[in-house]
Amino acid sequence: MRRYSAFAVAREAARYHEGWARAWRSPEPKTKYDVIIVGAGGHGLATAFYLGRNFGITNVAIIEKGWLGGGNTGRNTTIIRSNYLQDPSAAIYEKSRSLYETMSQDLNYNVMFSPRGVLMLAQTEHEVRGYQRTAHANALQGVETEFVGPERVKELVPIISLDGPRYPVLGGLWQARGGTGRHDAVAWGYARACSDMGMDIIQQCEVIGIRKDGGKIVGVDTTKGAIDCDKLGVVVAGHSGTLAEMAGFRLPIESVALQALVSEPIKPCMDIVVMANTVHGYLSQSDKGEMVIGGGADGYNNYTQRGSFHHIEETVRALVETFPMVSRLKMLRQWGGIVDMTGDRSPILSKTPVENVFFNCGWGTGGFKATPGSGWGFAELVAKGHSPLCEDFGLNRFREGRFVDESVAAGVAH
Amino acid sequence: MLILECPCCGVKGEETEFHGGGEAHIRRFGPGSSDEAFHDYLFAKENPRGVHFERWRHVNGCGKWFHVARCTQTLEVFGSYSAQTTEPPQDIKDAITAKRPGWRWREFA
Repeated sequence: MRRYSAFAVAREAARYHEGWARAWRSPEPKTKYDVIIVGAGGHGLATAFYLGRNFGITNVAIIEKGWLGGGNTGRNTTIIRSNYLQDPSAAIYEKSRSLYETMSQDLNYNVMFSPRGVLMLAQTEHEVRGYQRTAHANALQGVETEFVGPERVKELVPIISLDGPRYPVLGGLWQARGGTGRHDAVAWGYARACSDMGMDIIQQCEVIGIRKDGGKIVGVDTTKGAIDCDKLGVVVAGHSGTLAEMAGFRLPIESVALQALVSEPIKPCMDIVVMANTVHGYLSQSDKGEMVIGGGADGYNNYTQRGSFHHIEETVRALVETFPMVSRLKMLRQWGGIVDMTGDRSPILSKTPVENVFFNCGWGTGGFKATPGSGWGFAELVAKGHSPLCEDFGLNRFREGRFVDESVAAGVAH
Repeated sequence: MLILECPCCGVKGEETEFHGGGEAHIRRFGPGSSDEAFHDYLFAKENPRGVHFERWRHVNGCGKWFHVARCTQTLEVFGSYSAQTTEPPQDIKDAITAKRPGWRWREFA
């Protein structure tokens, strides 16, 4: 792999940019691999990357039904934060956030990590108390956050209207080291690094069956033929239920569409990320100048990748109250992604009833921020059979009543 | 947009008039059942990409609960029927078979 550098740009500039090689290979599948990862999204590629980097396992295939990073990796609102209430969540999300800080150097690929700060607005008395509690919990977990008053909120976000008639801004939970990243580049960077380690990324190859022998994995049937493996890691977000059915068990997961939209590009007006969870809307400005708006999830199971229209109306109506200038913006495009929701709104990184089959799913509405941490922990789980980061996120937590309850605690937008 | 018809009052409306209540025909496992059955009753979900049976409530209407057979991929509704049943009636099953031959959902096929 040729490294990207200022020197490389200069060299190519001098020869009409004809020397750039493809960032990753597109090989045909071999008949057997040590590990097969299903799903070439951010989490799947990160898992493969850390399998190679941390455990020296490079005989790996990453199988993808569509194209690389074309699912929720390319559909999210790119927010990175780690201000969660529960210790296991804070641990994995903070690991993730810290990996983002050096990701561009680690991958030799610019992922445009921008630690611009994330502010979660408290717009009811309950939220004020909830976020103050989270700030205290974060202090104990070693995650740097603080609860700030309305004056500081106005200082951070001049375009905000503090005294909305229905939802006045009473304060906010501020994480200065949170921010945004370039979601596609994260997937591309990992893919390039994986391919460089000799891993095969096989796109447009759908898994249509999982072969077992006596409760143990043998391989997968795909649209490009049968491929054997010693271990199988399934990282397919919204479609986890379908793969679990092939493997012969059910998951505590339901899939719904979550949508987002962006406005026309405007001049810089807000240099942080603001989340308003009471009204189910969040806002940031992309480098192109578009206001990126995240909305609500549908109230019923579906796989439409579109979302219900009335959620756009609700989201935008709520944002107009808190950010009056939004009322003058034209919206440019809208899209939806299928998110996999668990009952406690925490992910599942777990062994399964089938030996050597591992599932990484249930990230729900907040998976992008966890990409590197999820890959780091899941790679360890696949390689060694246990991982401190994943310990509390096993499938058995439902049976044993050890929920990692983030659904009401940490203001997860859902 | 999802359009449902309430079998209780006969009114047809779009989704904001109703509220989804999750998977239908769940059998309760209480005292005396195995841990496995109780776990599945509480947590294991049907999450099909295709034919699905759900409970819905006509919140902004007559307020009654009812069942809906629906496709989760196309939002096509195969029919709605009374909540006072433990399995989908035959005419609903036939309507689904006409459009999705070979469909499967839990023990009702």
